[in-house]
Amino acid sequence: MEHIVIIGNGIAGVTAARHIRKNSDKRITIISGESDYFFARTALMYVYMGHMKFEHTQPYENWFWKKNRIELKTAWVEKISGADKTVSFTSGESMSFDKLILATGSLPNDFGWPGQHLDGVQGLYHKQDLEKLEQNAPDHKVCKRAVIVGGGLIGIEMAEMLHSRQIPVTFLVREDSFWNGVLPAGESALVNEEIMANGIDLRLNTNLEEIIEDGNGRCKAIKIKETGELIACDVVGLTAGVSPNVSFLKESGIELGRGVKVNRLLETSVKDIYAIGDCAEQREAIGRRRPIESVWYTGRMMGEALAQTICKKPTPYNPGHWFNSAKFMDIEYQTYGWVSGKDKPDFEEQFHWRHAKEMICVTIAYHKDTDEFLGINTFGIRMRHEIFDRWLTEGRKVDEVMTYLKDANFDPEFYKPYEKAIVKHYNQQRGKQIQPVKKSWKRIFA
Amino acid sequence: MKAIQHIGIAIFLVGFGIFISLPFLGNFKLDQKSFDELMVYQGINSEIFINDLQAAIVDKDFSGIMPLSSIVATVTEKANAIHTENREWNKKVYASDDGLATSIRKESGYGFIPENKVLMWFLTFGLGILGSLMFIIPQVVTLGRKGIKNNGIYHQSSTNKGWIAWLVFIFLVSFYLVLYFQSEYAVNWTYLVDPISKSLSGNLASHWFVYGFMYCTVMSVMAVRMYVKYRNNKYQVLRTTSVLFFQIVFAFLIPEVMVRLQLSYSKGYDFKNAFPLDYDFFFSWNLTELIDSGGLGLFILIWGILLTVVIVPVMVYFFGKRWYCSWVCGCGGLAETLGDPYRQHSSTSLFSWKVERWLVHGVLVFAVVMTGFTLYGFFTEANVVLGIEVQSIMNTYSFFIGAIFAGVIGTGFYPIFGNRVWCRFGCPLAAYLGFVQRFKSRFRITTNGAQCISCGNCTTYCEMGIDVRAYAQKGENIVRSSCVGCGICSAVCPRGVLKLENGPEDGRINPTEILLGNDVDLIELLNKRR
Repeated sequence: MEHIVIIGNGIAGVTAARHIRKNSDKRITIISGESDYFFARTALMYVYMGHMKFEHTQPYENWFWKKNRIELKTAWVEKISGADKTVSFTSGESMSFDKLILATGSLPNDFGWPGQHLDGVQGLYHKQDLEKLEQNAPDHKVCKRAVIVGGGLIGIEMAEMLHSRQIPVTFLVREDSFWNGVLPAGESALVNEEIMANGIDLRLNTNLEEIIEDGNGRCKAIKIKETGELIACDVVGLTAGVSPNVSFLKESGIELGRGVKVNRLLETSVKDIYAIGDCAEQREAIGRRRPIESVWYTGRMMGEALAQTICKKPTPYNPGHWFNSAKFMDIEYQTYGWVSGKDKPDFEEQFHWRHAKEMICVTIAYHKDTDEFLGINTFGIRMRHEIFDRWLTEGRKVDEVMTYLKDANFDPEFYKPYEKAIVKHYNQQRGKQIQPVKKSWKRIFA
Repeated sequence: MKAIQHIGIAIFLVGFGIFISLPFLGNFKLDQKSFDELMVYQGINSEIFINDLQAAIVDKDFSGIMPLSSIVATVTEKANAIHTENREWNKKVYASDDGLATSIRKESGYGFIPENKVLMWFLTFGLGILGSLMFIIPQVVTLGRKGIKNNGIYHQSSTNKGWIAWLVFIFLVSFYLVLYFQSEYAVNWTYLVDPISKSLSGNLASHWFVYGFMYCTVMSVMAVRMYVKYRNNKYQVLRTTSVLFFQIVFAFLIPEVMVRLQLSYSKGYDFKNAFPLDYDFFFSWNLTELIDSGGLGLFILIWGILLTVVIVPVMVYFFGKRWYCSWVCGCGGLAETLGDPYRQHSSTSLFSWKVERWLVHGVLVFAVVMTGFTLYGFFTEANVVLGIEVQSIMNTYSFFIGAIFAGVIGTGFYPIFGNRVWCRFGCPLAAYLGFVQRFKSRFRITTNGAQCISCGNCTTYCEMGIDVRAYAQKGENIVRSSCVGCGICSAVCPRGVLKLENGPEDGRINPTEILLGNDVDLIELLNKRR
């Protein structure tokens, strides 16, 4: 029986395993050193915040793996050999495979800051990071202030987490507005406001110079590069992005870039070895997507596609229209298609509407010349994925999107609708006379 | 704000402390006149019983905790033995020990509590309400900005099965045990609400009135908590208002007012309570009473049948069973208000789901079979059907399902097993509605394409123990018979993945092999859609 070995029990590896099992009878082993069972990394924050217990982050009950004949191996991989088809563990053991799937995910970026290895300095990525944070910052008496370095999604999550335990937080962001490489200016400004409204000390245009030791190997303060200001703190969160976790592959003979180089079939340069999820790097970017995508659903999709390939149905990884979502403190964010941040391409024009009082806004991107709808970002309004996926495929014009905007709303029942205000603003801005049409089930399920 | 909340807790605890100490306090002494009247009122013909009981209790002081029902039981046993031997069947005593003991206490209480009913109401209910509100209302400020307010739920003793939760559990279970089986100890509580009962029905309060009043009070106070916690979620605000309205008006006020208008039956009639949750609707005594009483009785009979056979399933077709379970039902109402802090304890394991399906459908079968027996017995005027005494089936159901399951376990176990224990494992109406919802309804929870990140908030906070995430992460809509449509999964989802909606039946159930947006084979996929 063919033995499929998967390194990494995150969403990519586990999805591949599940789908290989659905489509075949192969022997499957998943290796992880981080945790015995698959858990949702995205939910670690909710454990710290007391919304859940760790067991709730596990999407499958513990009996699931045995029942589906997916073997689990708790170990750290030291190196792999494509020639011998073996995986060696740090424990000295080894395991042979017929096909190997690398799904090792990411590691937090490390910019070589002085003091970054001190106690109390940590990222937030692994299960162990959660345990560390529980020790470093159990409450606002032990941790009188925390400093977070890096204005991305993990940074703002960590700020929210610490804030939930009334720990004062200083948030250092390199850019002049939060995440403005991704978010258009109006949205980025809205998130800045949300962060500050929660009492978080947001420092824009601010870099970390060094982390200062207390004499016992712990951090006691940080120094800001621009001003030289010292900020006393008990915890430093380093959240300046993530990179593929591939250093253990350096001598494996597998071609690496920043991640593991793969083609559209997710094959690496070595036969019978594949890579999926955060650790995979596409040789050529797909559409406007980045070659390395550290997104939950792309890990899933790669797992689904690769499982087909491994089960004798070669299936290229072919992600459709870009979409994503996140939550910034209490504001939900969704995006469908492409809406650019600071570095907007020339052809892209944007329409932006923001609610007068609430933290709600919408940005719609369209083609300057053709009026083709390119994408939408919403803050505080939920949208229907299926509808935008279809509209993008059909190449709808932005006017049509405005006309049928009500079909796309996904807010809970009885919520206040905003389409009227949005379209009114759109009409004013572009000198149009569009009337939003009533929601129709027929169109939604067309 | 914190100070106000702490004072609130202290005031609540004082009120609550006085309330739970009442069964242990008070003085009772029955005089001869009241005793004679009571014997006549209870229709007791046994001189032996009357003489013995009179000797045992009349003009004797007995304090709060001393059990009366055991005295009544001893006297009854002795009298009945003699009457059986003498074949004096008409003299046998059938009154329940506890019921008689309760009546005796109610007649004979004296001293501070029954003489200061309004003051005592304020010291118990009044302080309880005041203290709770002082704790809850400042949360408008302390909970901070708009959003989901679940911080610390698993850090707190009260909501993480800590010692506070266990104390609440012990209180709730004891309260239900007293209510159902030792109601003589609830007599002091009835004094507190006598003035309210008088003003509504014109009668003194029974322990069931205490229960009804307390139910409404607890629901109202905890509804305020719902309003504060979910103040930015209009679905939750409307739903809470709806259950509160139906509980107070339909379950509590209308039956009391009907008594005042002398339109009452042995069963206080709650127009929204549908068979088989209303399990004794088809019991022969109820049918006889309804048929014999003409106009209104017949209306109630027809309404009751229509409700179960037509109105409830048709509404479930259009809106899902949520219209009943989390917008109208009294049991649901308590679960959604008092029980909300405990919703995360509903087990989501596959094992629980298996137990659930056997139990809840078992109870439905039990209820239907029992009703079959009672109806057959009613029409044929037989007491024994297929060799089984009809009354014994009814008693078994009333005891195990009506009292133990729905009351003691259903509510008592909130802090440990979650707030929908009864609705999920026991309610026969929920099982019936579940069939309609699963097989013929427009209701579903739509999963928003591939946006799910498997975080598990939905599953954790599902009070029915549905593993919502298992569906959402596959891009599948959630169509489950047990879903009561509380809407919390949608509220707590950080990525806007879930939406409760009523739409066309076509495509309601959508098993998906491949996530939306994973265009692994675009042509094939498009062809499949057409």
